[in-house]
Order: sequence, then C-alpha cells, then structure tokens
Amino acid sequence: MATKNVTDASFAADVLQSDKPVLVDFWAEWCGPCRMVGPILEEISNEHGDKLTIVKLNVDENPSIAANYGVSSIPTMNVFQGGEVVKQIVGAKPKAKLLEDLADYIA
Amino acid sequence: MSEVVRNVIIIGSGPSGYTAAIYAARANLAPLIFEGAVTAGGALMNTTEVENFPGFPEGIQGPALMNDLRAQAEKFGAEFITDDVTSVDLAGVIKTVVDGDGVTHQAHSVIIATGSGYREIGLPNEKRLSGRGVSWCATCDGFFFKEQNIVVVGGGDTAMEEATFLTRFAKTVTIVHRRDELRASKIMQDRAIANEKISFLWDTEVIDILGEDKVTGLRVRNVKTGAESDLDATGLFVAIGHDPRSELLAGQIDLDDEGYVQVQHPTTATNQIGVFAAGDVVDHRYRQAITAAGTGCAAALDAERFLADRDHQALSDH
Repeated sequence: MATKNVTDASFAADVLQSDKPVLVDFWAEWCGPCRMVGPILEEISNEHGDKLTIVKLNVDENPSIAANYGVSSIPTMNVFQGGEVVKQIVGAKPKAKLLEDLADYIA
Repeated sequence: MSEVVRNVIIIGSGPSGYTAAIYAARANLAPLIFEGAVTAGGALMNTTEVENFPGFPEGIQGPALMNDLRAQAEKFGAEFITDDVTSVDLAGVIKTVVDGDGVTHQAHSVIIATGSGYREIGLPNEKRLSGRGVSWCATCDGFFFKEQNIVVVGGGDTAMEEATFLTRFAKTVTIVHRRDELRASKIMQDRAIANEKISFLWDTEVIDILGEDKVTGLRVRNVKTGAESDLDATGLFVAIGHDPRSELLAGQIDLDDEGYVQVQHPTTATNQIGVFAAGDVVDHRYRQAITAAGTGCAAALDAERFLADRDHQALSDH
C-alpha cells in the first residue's frame, strides 16, 4: 500500500497509537536526498506495507514534531513502535541498505 | 546477466556523466548510464545558486542545471538506471558492471564519472554525531540550526559557500581553518569576510566534538601554539575537501597516491583498454562543473573513436 502523509496534529493517532511499527520519513521539498528516497520508500511501502506502515512528515509544514524528536538533518527516518522511537536512520540510502536497516520490522 | 552488450556504459552522473551521455547518445552509441541510487546528479544537487557555469548570466540552481543536463541526454536517447554500481570487471574485451540489484551488464567500453565525496575530519565523535549536529551539507541541514552558533571547518570555496549560506539561519558562523590564509577564490573569500555573522579562527583545528546525544561544543587546538580551548557551538559543518570515489576501481585501473584515476593526458583514457574517466574522480586541480562537463565530452568522444577504430581493425583483419 502507498505511503500516507501525517501532520503535527495527526501524529499521535497515526504514529504513536499505531499497533504496527510505523516508519516516519521526515522530509522537505528543498531537500534533494529526501526526494531521492521518496520513491524508494513508496516501493518498500507497497511491498511490505502489511508489516510496516510508512508515513511522511513534511518538516516545513510541521516543525513541532521534528523539533520534538531532535531531527537536525533530513532525510531522517524514525521507526516508532508502541509510541517510542526504536530505530533511527539518518541520510539517504539505496533500497538494499534500507531493507537491511528495516529487516527487523519487515520480516 | 543482461544478454545485450552495450557500446558504452557510463558509471556516475553529474556534469561529467551527463555530458558524456549527451555526446555518446548523439554519436548513436545508445549509452546506458548508472546515475546513482541516491546520489544521482552529483555534487551540484547539494548546492543552491551556481553562478560560474558558463552560459547563465543570472546563475542557475544546481539541481535545475543537473536536471537540464539529464533531460538533454535523455532527449538524444541515453538510457538511465537510477542505481549504484557495486562491482566492475574492466580487464576483458567485454567489460561487466554489476548494479545494486545484482544484475550484470556488459559493454565494450566504460566511462567512469563517479566524482568525489566529502572528506571527514576523522574524529571518533564525528560519525557518532552525524545528523545530530555534525553535517557535511549546509543546504541539506542548515534549516535545523536556526539561531544557533555554528562552526564551519575548511578554507576552500566549499567552506566559504557553506558558511555564507548558513548565515541565513545561524546566529553566528565561525570558520575554523588550520592555516592563516584561505585557498578559496577571492570573490568567495571577500563575501565571507564582509558578512557580519561570519568570524574566523585561524591556525586552528577541531580535535574533538562534545556532546552525548547532540553536539554541545567543540574542542579546538591552535596549531602554532598548541593551546587548546572549547568553542560554544551546536552545529559543525565539515567542508575540508573531497576524496575521489574510486573504491570500485582499485586493482583494476591505475590510481594515483590519493586515489584519483590516472588518465593519459590529454585524452581521458585510463591504462585499461576501452576504459575512460572524467570529472572529479580524475581531476584534483580544477574540480569545476564546467571542467567536469568538458572531460565528460572528451570521454564520450574517446569512447566513440575507440569503438570505431576497433571496428575498422576488425574489418581490415579480414
């Protein structure tokens, strides 16, 4: 299934209270590497969306959540489980490397 | 393994790879170009205004320039795979290139245009705090350092550009350089010096980065007196130069002591028949987009000539 967008307002419901692990992709329009990673995350979402929900948070439009989690470089991809950050991936990576990083959540 | 043996495969994009693709496509060589899984477009994707590429009196945004070069190559028939190359075998008459998916591609000639990557200082805490106060890309991460005291390490054009760009966000920007003069171009130096938010710390190097979960300060040392002190900063941008991306080629073609690909000037030919190289993976003297584009063109023409000569040879052997 495709990725979905979340906001500061919807974060609690969409991410913190989710029963599945959720990968939050912090991105922005002006961030080149974020735009490279976008399609890769779409593919991963389509292939593994049943196990891991992938959502996107635009940091320009939603500065609070990004600041709360100390995001100071994008793309940053945080995996949330049970309302907590269980994994942090900083920087754009090719699909194969991302799948390795996310192995625990898509097995 | 892909059945087709291409005329030419280009490894890497940026101005050198894309220009090679334009010329190779126009020579009817139907080039295949691996532009990089997340690095497609090369170093200029991480810059904003490019003012010195000839032909743009009003300047052009780096990513826009790269998109235009790519579109031009595509128009003439270049084929793109937005993936990395994980290994190559350049020794044989037919070269093989393995991509990120493990698929092997074959070609009669290869053009290497893999460019260079940013250099790290090499401090233990540098990698640890990467993305949490340590960055090598101002345009990528500057946004997150609003009203903070930032340090930029370096003395070249990249350092000046990054420092100047960061003044849009930062409270203060301190350029820390281990010598007492900059190697940046005059115009970039002047801009940085004139900027009120930028100050300079000369003859100084960063010897440690402080902070648990994020950068809280830096320890520096004066290289002349040996005196150490702490700097109040929550951001460290490293702009000390680039190293050639030639790891793929070690043991297959001649590299110099610093890892740059050696070519037979004035051509782009490496010591391996049918393998050519262009751009920042070769050039450590000029390293400009326009010089990279120039050598990319030369590499495509060298490849075309190589293939034509080889075909003539084959014909005349009969």
